[in-house]
Amino acid sequence: MAQEAQGAIQDPIIRVRDITVQFGSTRVLDGLDLDVKRGEILGFVGPSGAGKSVLTRTIIGLVPKVAGSIEVFGVDLDSSNSSQRRNVERRWGVLFQQGALFSSLTVRQNIQFPMREYLRVSQRLMDEITMAKLAMVGLKPEVAERFPSELSGGMIKRVALARALSLDPDLVFLDEPTSGLDPIGAGDFDDLVRTLQRTLGLTVFMVTHDLDSLYTACDRIAVLGNGKIIAAGSIADMQASQHPWLRQYFHGKRARAVVT
Amino acid sequence: MSGDPKLERIAKGNALALCATGTWTASFAPALERMVADAEKLAGGPQNIFIDVSEVAKLDTFGAWLIERLRRSLTKGTVEAQIAGLSANYSSLVDEVRRVSATPVVETSTITISGMLEQIGRTVAGLGGTVAGLVDMLGAVLAAVAHVLIHPRSFRLTSTVHHMEQVCWRAVPIIVLITFLIGCIISQQGIFHFRRFGADIFVVDMLGVLVLREIGVLLVAIMVAGRSGSAYTAELGSMKMREEIDALRTMGFDPIEVLVLPRMLALVLALPILAFLGAMAALYGGGLVAWLYGGVDPEAFLLRLRDAISIDHFIVGMVKAPVMAAVIGIVACVEGLAVQGSAESLGQHTTASVVKGIFFVIVMDGVFAIFFASIGM
Repeated sequence: MAQEAQGAIQDPIIRVRDITVQFGSTRVLDGLDLDVKRGEILGFVGPSGAGKSVLTRTIIGLVPKVAGSIEVFGVDLDSSNSSQRRNVERRWGVLFQQGALFSSLTVRQNIQFPMREYLRVSQRLMDEITMAKLAMVGLKPEVAERFPSELSGGMIKRVALARALSLDPDLVFLDEPTSGLDPIGAGDFDDLVRTLQRTLGLTVFMVTHDLDSLYTACDRIAVLGNGKIIAAGSIADMQASQHPWLRQYFHGKRARAVVT
Repeated sequence: MSGDPKLERIAKGNALALCATGTWTASFAPALERMVADAEKLAGGPQNIFIDVSEVAKLDTFGAWLIERLRRSLTKGTVEAQIAGLSANYSSLVDEVRRVSATPVVETSTITISGMLEQIGRTVAGLGGTVAGLVDMLGAVLAAVAHVLIHPRSFRLTSTVHHMEQVCWRAVPIIVLITFLIGCIISQQGIFHFRRFGADIFVVDMLGVLVLREIGVLLVAIMVAGRSGSAYTAELGSMKMREEIDALRTMGFDPIEVLVLPRMLALVLALPILAFLGAMAALYGGGLVAWLYGGVDPEAFLLRLRDAISIDHFIVGMVKAPVMAAVIGIVACVEGLAVQGSAESLGQHTTASVVKGIFFVIVMDGVFAIFFASIGM
């Protein structure tokens, strides 16, 4: 167990090399390298429109890339066959920016959807696990029979997280999980991600604009700019950085409000 | 290290140990569930039971929950079941699961005869509501027309022209093609059957009356209901879903005036044009077949057509067109604005828009038939 853990730390769970993504003639990502280590919460920041969501969507295979390679769980996603790919997809969960819940299914059916597809378990177990997941993301059991259109923004994010976690993935992608939440709700969400990361041993890849999240939830921070990673490291490294955008980001008016 | 999960029973003095080993994760859930169900039968026995999880290689929510479920069912009665040998890695997960109440709220949807009857009753009662909704929309549209007539500057010309392009100009090729083919078919069938009586030439009468009075406008109206009515419902419905219509309202705009009126007007102008073009294409197709298949040369066809058809037939067809357009437009807009939050609802209302649109078009056609018969046209 310990040896395996040692080995795991050495090879990253996501390994992105020399990725280039282009839309028409605009180059969004330009030879980008990124490693995400097993068991960490990586906060991913950058100016609006820098391509944070594009990178996330490229890794999970929704945006085609021009060049480069992506390895997730040690599997090269380009050279893998469809069953290997399915295996990888089973082991990750994705929380989309708007939740992307299936609007014609109830919360319970939404959470059970991946289970139904991938596992052969009884309805009773699925129902019980659904209740457990709802409790984990801090929702009451009554929510289970509601439709997504009957939920508030914060509840949608929580349900979407519960769905992303429904197969007990090793890796979750969170695309701006705290955007659109009130500060208290956002703080709760950060705590929730931390708790779940500890209890389930998750690796979390989190795109965020929220300084609070970076301070309280993230182990490591990567900064995107000009299609490349311009800095990666702990929050202290970021504050010490001399890069102009980072200085503005971490020492601006809003940042001071968070630190003090 | 990892491997198939097992749950072994080992007697230790007067206690019974259930030793869980292997990988207790979601992939093994069916096997785990069976083992746990088996072990649950031990409940109510005399011995104390503890569940030893020290040998578990990997645990996730599924495994943790099944261990917790086992513990709960064994705890019933006087004996207390304990979980032993929990590693620090997993204790927080098991604690988390322990807080979950085990009573999932499951809705029961059984189909009963009374339920079905109730459904039928509600649907029939809903018909009245449908008609009321259509009348309501008609009133709102007329009020918007009145408002636009008083304040002509609030009329949205650009939007109307845009919708005209969508429902009229872009529909011309398909409408002309289909009505042309229908004209060919009517003519061919007519000649085929009339030839037995030596009445080939009467196919021109039939074609003229049928195309100008009925088929031309009815066919075009049905196609427009399917093509443009559904598009209107889907557009308005997705705007409703994304609160765009609420946004318009809060800015002080009337959605009827901004969204519905240009669409209605475009449709009311488009359908007569399309019906005219469709009728011409059908006559052309019919004439072509009469010539090539029936040996009626074009000159004879035109002469016969002039004798057989009065302007009344043409007027009857053209009068119906804008009314049918209004019916299709109103149905489409009512359904579009009735869409609720889900994608399923959008699909249902789009279907309803086309079905009801076609239904009301045919009903209107029947009403017109009675009306024109009474006034002798």
